[in-house]
Amino acid sequence: MNINTTKIISLLFFIFSAFYLYTAYQIQVFAFDENAPFNARTFPIYLGYTGLFFSGLKLILPDPDTIKVEHKTLEYKKTGILILIAIIYGATILKVGYFLTTSLFLFASYYFLGERRWILMFLLSFPFVAAFMYLLHGVLDIYLRDPFLKSIGVMG
Amino acid sequence: MIEGILIGLTTALTFQNIFMVMIGCFFGTIIGMLPGLGPMTAIALMIPITYGFDPATGLILMAGVYYGAVFGGSTSSILLNAPGVPGTVATSFDGYPMAQQGKAGKALAIAAWSSFAGGTLSAIYLLFLAPSLSKVSLSFRSPDYFALMILGLTAIAAFSSKGQFLKAMMMVVLGLMLASVGQDSLSDITRFTFDNMNLTDGISFVLVVMATFAMSEALTIILKRNDPTAAAKQVSLTELGSIKINKEERGKMYKTIPRSSVIGFLIGVLPGAGATIASFLAYGMERNLVKDDEKEKFGKGSVNGLSAPETANNAACSGSFVPMLTLGIPGSGTTAVMLGALLGFGIQPGPRLYMTNPEIFWSVIMSMYIGMVILLILNLPLIPYIARILAVPKNYLIPLILFFSITGIYVMSFNNFDIYLMIGIAIVATFLRLYDFPMPPLILAFVLGGLMEENLRRSLLLSNGSWEFLWDRTLTVCILVTTILIVLWHIYKTLTKNKS
Repeated sequence: MNINTTKIISLLFFIFSAFYLYTAYQIQVFAFDENAPFNARTFPIYLGYTGLFFSGLKLILPDPDTIKVEHKTLEYKKTGILILIAIIYGATILKVGYFLTTSLFLFASYYFLGERRWILMFLLSFPFVAAFMYLLHGVLDIYLRDPFLKSIGVMG
Repeated sequence: MIEGILIGLTTALTFQNIFMVMIGCFFGTIIGMLPGLGPMTAIALMIPITYGFDPATGLILMAGVYYGAVFGGSTSSILLNAPGVPGTVATSFDGYPMAQQGKAGKALAIAAWSSFAGGTLSAIYLLFLAPSLSKVSLSFRSPDYFALMILGLTAIAAFSSKGQFLKAMMMVVLGLMLASVGQDSLSDITRFTFDNMNLTDGISFVLVVMATFAMSEALTIILKRNDPTAAAKQVSLTELGSIKINKEERGKMYKTIPRSSVIGFLIGVLPGAGATIASFLAYGMERNLVKDDEKEKFGKGSVNGLSAPETANNAACSGSFVPMLTLGIPGSGTTAVMLGALLGFGIQPGPRLYMTNPEIFWSVIMSMYIGMVILLILNLPLIPYIARILAVPKNYLIPLILFFSITGIYVMSFNNFDIYLMIGIAIVATFLRLYDFPMPPLILAFVLGGLMEENLRRSLLLSNGSWEFLWDRTLTVCILVTTILIVLWHIYKTLTKNKS
C-alpha cells in the first residue's frame, strides 16, 4: 500500500493543532479578564482553529504533486550519530566547559563523517576553538563559562 | 536644507569620522557574520566606546556598525544558509541556492551591490522625505499594522512554489504557534510552557532560525549524502565562480533595485515594521512582477530574488532612522539601542532635532551614504576570499555549521535546554524539508507573531471586541484588499497553469 507521507504530516499537524487548541482553552486568565474582548487565550484559540482549518484542507484536497523520498539512499546512521554527538555536547557544555566540549564535539564530528587526517582534525578543533574563544571572550568581552579552564587556572 | 546638507557633509567628511565609518563597517561585518550576534549586539558592544567621542562621531560609528552587521548577516545567509538576523532570512532563499551552484562570489557581489544601491537610494529618500514621512508613519494605527502583517504572511505563502500554498500556510500557523510560547506580553500569564521555567521567556529567534535553516540544512546534507544529485552539487562547489555580474544580470538588477528600495524604505519608516517585513514583502512583490520564466527560478538562485530582499533590507535600515530621528520612536530593536545611546549623549530626538542639533541630524544622514561607499570598497575585494568558505570539504563544513549554531544559542542563554530544543526543532524541520514544507513562512510568522497579537489586541480592545476595525479605516481596507487580490491571483494562476 502506498501511503502519502504529506497526508500523514497533515494529519499529525491536525492532531497537534487540536492539542494546541485544547491547551489554549486551558490557559488560566485573571478573573477580570475572563470576559474581556481580548485576553491571553484569545490569539492562541484563533491560531488553533486556523491550524485545524489548513491541515484539514490539506487532508481533504487531492495532492497532485506527491513528494516521493527515496529512503534507501538517505544516510540515517551518520545523521543519527551526528545528532547524538550534538546532544552529548549540549549535555556537557555547562558542566565541563566550552573549550573542551566544543573541541571534542568538532573532533568527534569530523571523525564520524569519515575524516582521517588527524593533524588537520586537531588543528580545526582545539586551536580553532581556542582562537574563537579568544575572539568572543577576550576581544568582544562575551562571557563564556568554562569550569575546566578555570580548574587548571587558564581562565579567571 | 542645503545648508543642513553642507553641515552634514562637513561633519561626516572629517578624517576622524571617515575613519570611524571604516572601523564600524569592518567590525560590523565580522560581528554580523557570527550567528547570534546581529546588528543590535554589535551596536550595543560599541556604546561604551562611542561615549568617548562627540555625539555626531559616536552616531556615525554606530551607523557604520549597523550597515556592516547587516552585510555580514547576508554573507552567512548566502554561504551557510545561517541568517543570524531576521532581516537577512529572505536573502538566503536565492542566495544560498546560488552559492550551492558554485556562484558564491557572484551571489555575494549581487548582495553587496544591491545593499549599496538600496542604501544609497534610501539615503536620498531620507534626505528629502524624512520630515514629511514622519507624519505619515504616525498615521498608521493598530488595525493597519495587523492588516500589514496578514499581507506579509499571505504574500510569502502565496509566492511559495507551485502547489505549496497550503503547506506554506501550515508553516505560517506553526511559526505563530511557536511565537505564542512564553509569557503573554500584557498580563504576564505563561502559555504553553508546561511548567518549564526555560520556556517562560519564549523561544528565541536565533534558536528557531538556526534550527530551521543552518542546522537542518547541515543535517539534510548529511542525510542526502548518497543522493546522486547532491553529489553533483558537491563537485560544482569547487568552482566558486567569479564576482563579475554579466549584462543580463545587471539588467535584472536595474529593474529590481528601484522598486525594492521604495518598498524597503517605506516599510522601514513604519515604527516596529523594520527590515524583516520589508525584505519579505520586496521578495514577494518581485516574484509577482517578474516574467513567468524568471518566476520559476525563484528559490533556486534567481538574481531578482536575491537582489530584492538585499536592497529592501538596507533601504529599511535607513528608513528606520526616520521615526528615530524625527519622532524619537525607534523603528527597530537596533535603532532602539541607538536611541538609548543618543539619550546617553544628552540629545533628545524629535521634530526639533534638526533645528537644535542640525550637525547631528544631517551628519548621520550623510554618513549613511559614505558608510555605503566604504562598505562596498571594503567588502568587494574580500568577496573572492570569503566565498572560499564553501570550498571547505563537507566533512569539516558541516561540524563547523553545527558548532556556530550551537555556540550562537549557548552564548545567548547558557542553558542546556535551549540546545536540546534547537536540536529537536532541527530534526522536525529536516523531516518537513524532505517533504517540501517551506521554512521561510515559518520564520516570518515567528518574527511577526508577537507584533501581530499585540496589534490585534489593541484593535479588538479599541473596537470593544468587534471585528469592524478591519473595514473602519481606508488604509486597513486597502491593505486587506491587496491581500485578497494576491490570494485570488495565486489561485487564478495555479488553475490556469493546471489547465494548460
